[in-house]
Amino acid sequence: MTYIRPQFRHPALPKNDLGYTSKEYEGALSTLCAGCGHDSISGSIIQACYELSIAPHRIAKLSGIGCSSKTPTYFLGNSHGFNSVHGRMPSVATGANMANRDLVYLGVSGDGDTASIGMGQFVHAIRRNLNMLYIVMNNGCYGLTKGQDSATADEGSKSKAGSVNPFQPIDLAGLALELGATFVAQSFSGDKEQLVPLIKEGLSHNGFAFINVISPCVTFNNNPGSTKSYDYVREHLEASPAPDFVPTKKEIKTRYASGTGTDIRMHDGTSIRLEKMAHDRNPYSRLEAMNALQNSRNKNEILTGLLFVQPVSDDLHQTIQSSDKPLNSLGKDVLCPGSSTLATINADLR
Amino acid sequence: MKPTDIKDPEYFHKVVDCQYACPAHTPVPEYIRLIAEGKYSEAYMVNWESNVFPGILGRTCDRPCEPACRRGRIEEEPVAICRLKRVAADNKDDVKAYMPKIPSKGNGKKVALIGGGPSALTVARDLAPLGYEIHLYDDQNAGGGMMRSQIPSFRLPTDVLNEEVNYILDMGVHTHFNTYVSSLQEILDKGYDAVFIGTGAPRGRNIDLPGRKEAAANVHIGIEWLASVAFEHTSKIGKKVIVLGGGNTAMDCCRTSRRLGGEEVKVLVRSPFAEMKASPWEKEDALHEDIPILDNHVPKSFIVKQGKLVGMTFDKVHAVYDNKGKRSLVSTNEPEVFVEADDVLVAIGQQNSFPWIEQSTDVKFDEWGMPVVDKLTHQSSNANVFFGGDAAFGPKNVITAVAQGHQAAISIDLHCQEKDLTQRPAPFTNLVSQKMGIHEWSYDNDVVNDLRFAVPHADKKVYLSDRKVEVELGFDVQTAVKEAQRCLNCDVQTVFEANRCIECDACVDICPTSCITFTVNSEEEELRPRLKVPAINITQDLYVSTSLPTARVMVKDEDVCLHCGLCAERCPTSAWDMQQFLYNVTKAG
Repeated sequence: MTYIRPQFRHPALPKNDLGYTSKEYEGALSTLCAGCGHDSISGSIIQACYELSIAPHRIAKLSGIGCSSKTPTYFLGNSHGFNSVHGRMPSVATGANMANRDLVYLGVSGDGDTASIGMGQFVHAIRRNLNMLYIVMNNGCYGLTKGQDSATADEGSKSKAGSVNPFQPIDLAGLALELGATFVAQSFSGDKEQLVPLIKEGLSHNGFAFINVISPCVTFNNNPGSTKSYDYVREHLEASPAPDFVPTKKEIKTRYASGTGTDIRMHDGTSIRLEKMAHDRNPYSRLEAMNALQNSRNKNEILTGLLFVQPVSDDLHQTIQSSDKPLNSLGKDVLCPGSSTLATINADLR
Repeated sequence: MKPTDIKDPEYFHKVVDCQYACPAHTPVPEYIRLIAEGKYSEAYMVNWESNVFPGILGRTCDRPCEPACRRGRIEEEPVAICRLKRVAADNKDDVKAYMPKIPSKGNGKKVALIGGGPSALTVARDLAPLGYEIHLYDDQNAGGGMMRSQIPSFRLPTDVLNEEVNYILDMGVHTHFNTYVSSLQEILDKGYDAVFIGTGAPRGRNIDLPGRKEAAANVHIGIEWLASVAFEHTSKIGKKVIVLGGGNTAMDCCRTSRRLGGEEVKVLVRSPFAEMKASPWEKEDALHEDIPILDNHVPKSFIVKQGKLVGMTFDKVHAVYDNKGKRSLVSTNEPEVFVEADDVLVAIGQQNSFPWIEQSTDVKFDEWGMPVVDKLTHQSSNANVFFGGDAAFGPKNVITAVAQGHQAAISIDLHCQEKDLTQRPAPFTNLVSQKMGIHEWSYDNDVVNDLRFAVPHADKKVYLSDRKVEVELGFDVQTAVKEAQRCLNCDVQTVFEANRCIECDACVDICPTSCITFTVNSEEEELRPRLKVPAINITQDLYVSTSLPTARVMVKDEDVCLHCGLCAERCPTSAWDMQQFLYNVTKAG
């Protein structure tokens, strides 16, 4: 097997605002199965970070355990990384974010890591509106342990061995909406046109951004009868608002002729344009998003795209009024102001 | 765009840039792999089948393959294809056993070859194994033509030349050396079934300037002088030498002068240095031998004092280009430059010359004095007479002469069987999967980062003192293997089967050089700028699949594909496969 990727890149590879090509955002060669949806998502993350011109060392990527959680090795090789305990990525991300609010936090998890062992952590990260992008690579099975049904496997979905799943699935996007996430999107690993802008938006969003990405397990869950196979997902994708990410100060360009788009201004001055959204739904309405999600589920369809966004909200730092500066930039005199300051505080408490 | 038809052998042929650029279409990556495996004799025979003179060409070829090499588009320099060919020739075992068997009983047909150069020898090599009786006429005392008379021994040792010429002459060719053919009619009257004319471009162009006549004793025509050195009629030259001209013959003249006593040898050329006709490496070698090349100098006159040449005067010019890119040399109006010289070598071009072809032969000539020859069949206006090499279409190079020799041999064979000459045999092609296991290929798909290795040279003092000492030593085996590893194996093709593709994007994500895009189809001009990296090199094709389930197509820009096989390794359904494409030009018989 070739474990080495050639060092040569296309000599005409374009450069972003920082002068980097996409090569500077790549990671090691993937060891996942050939054709894994997760690799496509890695590709989309590389593309999104490259296009946003984020300096690689300003990103922290965190993950738990599972096929999905292996992927941070395969993208952003020049960024900070933390491969944590199974299901515990949200805690580690919370800690890291509290210590250094200046980094861009990207959490990568899977359906097992999030909907089973990590459920208790996941919901609290949402509830606290932690400023991060949380991506679930959702393949509906435990690929690393030979493909048992996971908690997101649809009821009635058939496994590769032929057994039918009798349980209700956990709808992660629905859960995120219910718990008050301020950015909720759903996408498909095989649709980079949609996924890349969503990741860019999620990374630019202030607060907890959640993207549930259906990502077929090519080895254990790509069989006829599975509801997470490439073919099934493609057949059941619901025509969804196609987002276009518009960075600050750049001319708004759309790939679509229709002029009925809705521009959503994000807190940092960037905006998202949602084509055709105006006819269908209000992207600011949590209630409408929940209805739409439920409706498409009833029709056996998978609703993708940006489901809900609340552009302005208080993230965890603002809520708990933590330090404006990263802890590592604070000097000893600020972190430990001395006994006279303690005396003053104590005096106030008398 | 229409889906690419990979059944058309020319599609994948074009992807193998080196082979496509080679006039003889030698399967370059195939023999480079054999060299890397240490199979020098096999590598030599792959070459020999195609270009007949691997040892000679491995030292002297014009290398049209190297500027075409894909490696030159992804890093600084192409693979040293030419010098690897020499490695095969230098390290091979006795290859006589691999040579084609000559039938003991002939086919009753007789062919005359006029001229013993590369094209005529190629015709002999192709026809002798088919049972033809071959008669070769040449005015020199041995075969090889210009390879013997014009290429100096320090670039091509005589034993290398003799070996490869003899492989052919040993096929039972009837040689008539030291025989100048002064009448084609006489040859035709001998009743040959076909006559092949490969007499090259034997006449060096002269220069007519004031003082030329008076200086005649010390002014020599380049190719004639080189021939006279090669046949040991000339063994010295004056201390100060001027070489006029900027082609490879000028480079051979100046370098030979350095070895025959020329101490201050200068090349003076009309054109700017960058536009000289000589190959870049030949110019480099001349400069390395302390020979200044003075460009933009147009010769004005020979200066003779007391009946002896003392030098030449030149007008300095600069190049001016009109809006069509046509060049003219305009005088800078500086005072004339005087350059001292004891001898002047004139190497400003070669011409064809056919004083021996009579009108009665029905061989017609055009207004420039060139024979009227069919570009495809090489047949002249006399159906029994064929032309090849420089004699057919003007001065080119050895490899072109070989390629034309092969084609002429096909025509002669068809002609002797009274078949249609325009029905050319299709190339032999083969496409074989290289898959050995899930992630294993039968070729070395790891792309090395090494830059081009330099060929070591002999000691300058030694080679400048003896014109027969070869300058280049050739790669040693260790370096050759490393250089061979730089080859990207462009003949191992990326073959795509659309009906297996599940559009998972794995190939798009893994491709190191961003060659693959899945997108909506459109016309080529509209498609090229829309790819993952815009395909601006229009000399390279786009590989377009049939329509996929999502109504998109797979588009691969062949331009900088590393043929690393990662697309096929990452493909879960084997929609991509790496398949070795062999393309051999079919020979006569």
